[in-house]
Amino acid sequence: MCRAGTNPEKQPEDVTQFLSAMLGLTLSSVRDLAPIILVIAFFQVVVLRQPFPDLLSVLIGLLCVIAGLTLFIQGLESGLFPLGEALAQGFAQKGSATILLAFGFCLGFGTTIAEPALIAVAAEAAAVAAEAGAIVNDDSARATYALELRMVVAVSVGAAIVLGILRILKGWPIHWLIIGGYVLVTTMTVFAPAEIVGVAYDSGGVTTSTITVPLVTALGVGLATAIRGRNPMIDGFGLIAFASLTPMICVLAYGMVAS
Amino acid sequence: MTDFPRTFADALLSTVLDVAPIVAILLLFQLVFLRRKPPNLRRIAAGSVLVLVGLALFLIGLENALFPIGRTMASQLTAPETLGAERLADGIDWHDYLLLYAFAAAIGFATTVAEPSLVAVAMKARDASGGAVHAWGLRIAVAVGVAVGVALGCFRIVTGTPLPWYIIGAYIVVMLLTFRSSRSIVPLAYDSGGVTTSTVTVPVVAAIGLGLAASVPGRSPLIDGFGLIAFASVFPIMSVLGYSIAASWLARRRKSKLPKEA
Repeated sequence: MCRAGTNPEKQPEDVTQFLSAMLGLTLSSVRDLAPIILVIAFFQVVVLRQPFPDLLSVLIGLLCVIAGLTLFIQGLESGLFPLGEALAQGFAQKGSATILLAFGFCLGFGTTIAEPALIAVAAEAAAVAAEAGAIVNDDSARATYALELRMVVAVSVGAAIVLGILRILKGWPIHWLIIGGYVLVTTMTVFAPAEIVGVAYDSGGVTTSTITVPLVTALGVGLATAIRGRNPMIDGFGLIAFASLTPMICVLAYGMVAS
Repeated sequence: MTDFPRTFADALLSTVLDVAPIVAILLLFQLVFLRRKPPNLRRIAAGSVLVLVGLALFLIGLENALFPIGRTMASQLTAPETLGAERLADGIDWHDYLLLYAFAAAIGFATTVAEPSLVAVAMKARDASGGAVHAWGLRIAVAVGVAVGVALGCFRIVTGTPLPWYIIGAYIVVMLLTFRSSRSIVPLAYDSGGVTTSTVTVPVVAAIGLGLAASVPGRSPLIDGFGLIAFASVFPIMSVLGYSIAASWLARRRKSKLPKEA
């Protein structure tokens, strides 16, 4: 009811219908972006009392953002969601858990290792470690540290998807696993070097990119729908939660080992 | 923005490179193991192209229109001049930064509402729950959580109190709320913690953290600049669980009241 005019099952029959669907999507994109525009305009004009620098380029940029969000949402409904569901159905029919888990690991590892946000955070983390004297403060030592850290996080996200899929297959309740993870993070915080803690806590948030999230969510919900006795709400969600928890644990562990 | 076609081509290329590993993995498993063409392949391919083009446009627009202003504002609002130099002479106090907390909360809320991956999860939640979860309500709940989290994270940087106390404290609240919540909302709430910190939120929030840690005396950007993302990922879990508990409590109260009034 929120995204009016889009029905995943039905293809727009004629041009008018397609145009009105796109118009509805564009309007909801405008609504999604209105808060950010209002906040920035308010603080810029009222609080800081400054004019917008280069107003024309800001307006063009805004049009790009609105058009981009509209196309992205349209593409989600017709591309990424059906793709995730088709994969889930394919794996469920194939019936081989090993291949499914291998796929989950590859997906988690492959999307994380190349993630730009993670590359930036790993470089900053290496600078922190060098500052704190945990590693030698030169370029090659920092580069090694950053690369190792990225590998650690990527492996941990792969492991998280494997664990999450296993949970869907077995129907384990999620909260015991997540609370167990919290207890582990808390315990490790006490023993890990202080300078790695901030980086570790932040690493959980940077691993989930805009393409991975819809695909992984559609896969999880699709699996829970295809497997008998699983509920899409109770069992289908939760893959992203694991993918944001395990990096914290693994980065803390890496900090303890590396120092 | 003068050289638009080139900027667009660059952004599209970098988006395609980001997705290349995903495509490779999908193709490998599809061709080698599943060996079955997904239904309406053509539509999926067209949709995926839309996703790529849309994301590239979205990123160019953010990079050109919103991020530069957001970053400048973060540095201006954290600069000592905004606070008044004479007040800073007698040491720093946490309430000197009230304006910054307000900005942090507002921008945290606004960037979360615009976050495409949260839109995706909210749509999926609405469909999977058969409409019981309202997509827009979920996104507002998550955005409120991010707003509170980021403002509290700024307070922490200003006061210099240890990060683990806040995060571990937040974990304890999450655990307590988990046991009070209905079983069907818990996985979604845990997921919403991870999806909020993505394309739109991370660059702006990270800029606030680094700017603040650089300008507050006695804080180091390297050590204290981290942690805001962690706040922005834990607090939405609380707000979504809290929202669902409040909603079911209200529904129960309305139900128990009805027979009396009738």
